[in-house]
Amino acid sequence: MSSEAVIRTKQPLSSRLPVVSHLKKSVGLQRGMLVVGVVLSGLFLLTSIFAPLLAPYGYSQLSDASGSFPTQQAPGAQHLLGTTVGGYDVLSRVLWGSQTAVTVIVVSVTMSLFLGVALGLLSGYFGGWLDRILVVVADAIYAFPTLLLAIVISIVISKGQSSFWGGIFSCAFSITVVFVPQYFRVIRAETIRLKAEPFVESAKVLGASSMRIIGRHIFKNATRTLPLMFTLNASEAILTLAGLGFLGFGIEPTSAAEWGFDLNKALADTSSGIWWTGLFPGIAIVLTVLGLTLVGESINDLNDPRIRGRKRAGGTTKSPRRASGTPTTTAEAGK
Amino acid sequence: MTTTPTNTPDRARTVPSVLAIDRLQVTFATDGGDVHAVKDVSLDVKAGEVVAIVGESGSGKTVTAKTILGLLPETAVSSGAVVINGNNVISVSKSTLRKIRGRDVAMVFQEPSTALNPVFTVGWQIAEGIRAHAKDGHRVTAKAAKERAVEALRKVGIPDPETRVNYYPHQFSGGQKQRVVIAAALALNPGLIVADEPTTALDVTVQAEILQLLRDLRDNYGTSIVLITHNMGVVADLADRVVVMYQGDVVEEASSRILFAEPKQEYTRNLLAAVPHLGRNSASEGARSRLHQDGKVLVEAKNLTIEYPGRFGRNGFKAVDNVSFTISENEVFGLVGESGSGKSTIGRAIAGLNRTTGGSLKVLGYEMLDFKERTFRPLRKEIGFVFQDPAASFNPHLTIGECVAEPLIIHGKPTAAEARKKVGELLESVQLPASYSERYPHELSGGQRQRASLARSLALNPRLLIADEPTSALDVSVQAKVLDLFKDIQEQFGFAALFISHDLAVVDMLAHWVGVLYKGELVEQGIGNHVMGSPQHDYTKRLIASLPVPDPDEQARRREAHRALLGR
Repeated sequence: MSSEAVIRTKQPLSSRLPVVSHLKKSVGLQRGMLVVGVVLSGLFLLTSIFAPLLAPYGYSQLSDASGSFPTQQAPGAQHLLGTTVGGYDVLSRVLWGSQTAVTVIVVSVTMSLFLGVALGLLSGYFGGWLDRILVVVADAIYAFPTLLLAIVISIVISKGQSSFWGGIFSCAFSITVVFVPQYFRVIRAETIRLKAEPFVESAKVLGASSMRIIGRHIFKNATRTLPLMFTLNASEAILTLAGLGFLGFGIEPTSAAEWGFDLNKALADTSSGIWWTGLFPGIAIVLTVLGLTLVGESINDLNDPRIRGRKRAGGTTKSPRRASGTPTTTAEAGK
Repeated sequence: MTTTPTNTPDRARTVPSVLAIDRLQVTFATDGGDVHAVKDVSLDVKAGEVVAIVGESGSGKTVTAKTILGLLPETAVSSGAVVINGNNVISVSKSTLRKIRGRDVAMVFQEPSTALNPVFTVGWQIAEGIRAHAKDGHRVTAKAAKERAVEALRKVGIPDPETRVNYYPHQFSGGQKQRVVIAAALALNPGLIVADEPTTALDVTVQAEILQLLRDLRDNYGTSIVLITHNMGVVADLADRVVVMYQGDVVEEASSRILFAEPKQEYTRNLLAAVPHLGRNSASEGARSRLHQDGKVLVEAKNLTIEYPGRFGRNGFKAVDNVSFTISENEVFGLVGESGSGKSTIGRAIAGLNRTTGGSLKVLGYEMLDFKERTFRPLRKEIGFVFQDPAASFNPHLTIGECVAEPLIIHGKPTAAEARKKVGELLESVQLPASYSERYPHELSGGQRQRASLARSLALNPRLLIADEPTSALDVSVQAKVLDLFKDIQEQFGFAALFISHDLAVVDMLAHWVGVLYKGELVEQGIGNHVMGSPQHDYTKRLIASLPVPDPDEQARRREAHRALLGR
């Protein structure tokens, strides 16, 4: 071992980023799933960024130079995906809707991330009455149906008013409240496990303060699973948002485009043969959720060395550069 | 021992091989490219022979054993031949392989508590293997299978097998559990048993019993045994023939008597030289009275009791019971005991990781009975702690340099340059290049990590060092180096040390004064080589008698001599 050269320090940044590194070490079907997921999620993100350029009309536009839009018009040259009962352009609404979705995801998941991680670390490390109270509260939140809770919070925050940011924040807050217990639980469980690890005890023996132990030794080790939870929760956040919109607690069409709201308005159309108003927002929801779920599930599989597929040994004529695989294998075990 | 050396030509001709491995190669696919775990291994096992495969971690011995039963994971590719009773395990179909397992070859695992399923009775688990194999085309009935399970339990010396057959695994002790695992392996009378580190997880006194059991099986039923182990004492005690492996290759193969007496290869010689041998190289050699007894007393325990609270309605568990001892400046106090004897609890209590519940424990003048983290913290820089598992005691996200600098940063405000310089010095004092400070813990080998751990504990020049089994996770040759280093550094820095270990030979090498713990009580303490040479307490006698010596002839003599003491 001592003859082994010293050089290998940090790997380049590109191979340490979550999704990129996963893409590199995947093979076969797992790689296919990940690629499809990344492409779908990428499309979703790009659409949201370039929505103002891509969409032919604004999300609340009802007329243009040639007069007001016809209502419930079938897909055609002027309106590629047709128009809704209110006279909105379906294509524009779908494209703008991605922007709302991304904003809600980012705001809600970030908030729940910060709150959940902070509470989880404190509660797991210190234990005692703080831990007990937080666990009870988390359990209580779990006991509520997600959507009911979201509705209640949404009413409390927006007080029945609707504006773009008001709508976004009421959605985001309600999703936050639902997700905080999830992050809290995962981080708390990890913290409790790590608290008994020898490296934390060794810091304790050295006389490190609790804050230093949490910040320096537990935080980074406990938050390893977060990219995974982020992607999985993002797709759930979209569904909650769509559910809220569908029930009418989302954002008014004049302040932002929202897929769930459009679906709700398309409800009456289904029985009268108007399929385009419901189909396209629906497809948008399905593809976005599918993309994010595929990314999340693939990362989950690839993080586990027991599930991850590998190229068959000896099949590829890679140079056998390492006689004993200890560095990689221990790195794996440490994951 | 009645067996003659087995590799004489006429015996080889008359006795057929139970197992023949021919040019076996196993390759694993990993993220770092292919790993050739077994490069070229050929060996033969005759009926009634015990062949030991020895080697350090990563030598491919366990992979070889798993290949014999076709237990390799999907990422492995093997070539060559492993022939058991005319079947090549590598190329047979899955259904044939199932028939071979249990009937022709069976396996005994390292950890008996995980090899048994906790929700089924042991009888059911033994019967499961019996019923999986039809006899003369008929399925074995549950009743017949159970009878045979009782028979198997009787064979391995479980008392009252008719009742015990209905017990669950948790109702047995560790050694009995391993007997049950062996019984399950024996149920179908396979000609060959593969035992992968069968005694590593067991205490030394229990190990002696299991080794005796395996020996009896060979003598009475003619079962061949492939013994995978890293413990040279076990090899000397049991094996007829030894195969030494190193990095996937067979380095040397010889009958055990010849191998221990005159090893041919350099690697084998070094390996044998590194094995600690009780009674040789004792730290307290020639001492007539307690060394360093005039020094200042740093740790003083008086009737120390440490109790873990019991669950509701139950009494607490007394881990340490009425223990009194002292550790003076410059002294290495060795604490020996089996698992559950409370030795780690004492070490952790001195470091303030466990609370004491009774008696008195004074550490550097601080009474631990009224322990408060805030008042004890200033003393922490006087105490170093080396943990058992070097891999787990480093934060995987920090470099070695950052880890070693932690104590400096916590107890002082060094500039980055000062810290770096001090870390470099510390690493060099434990014989690691200063450039290693840039590395992450997983990029170091086990021995290197344990040295870095030692460097970290020495960073503040502590007056007292607690080492909790610092070498038990290491390979023999690495252990020898770390122990030497520990000895040198102790003399150089002159700290007092509490050295905790289950290995008597290791403790004897380092400790001036030795205490023997048994079920929380300190049954004996004295000068190291006096305790080892002429133990007074019954338990100490039994402990020392159970320890196998890495020398087949001497071990056979010791076994005979201690037969009465070990209750056989």
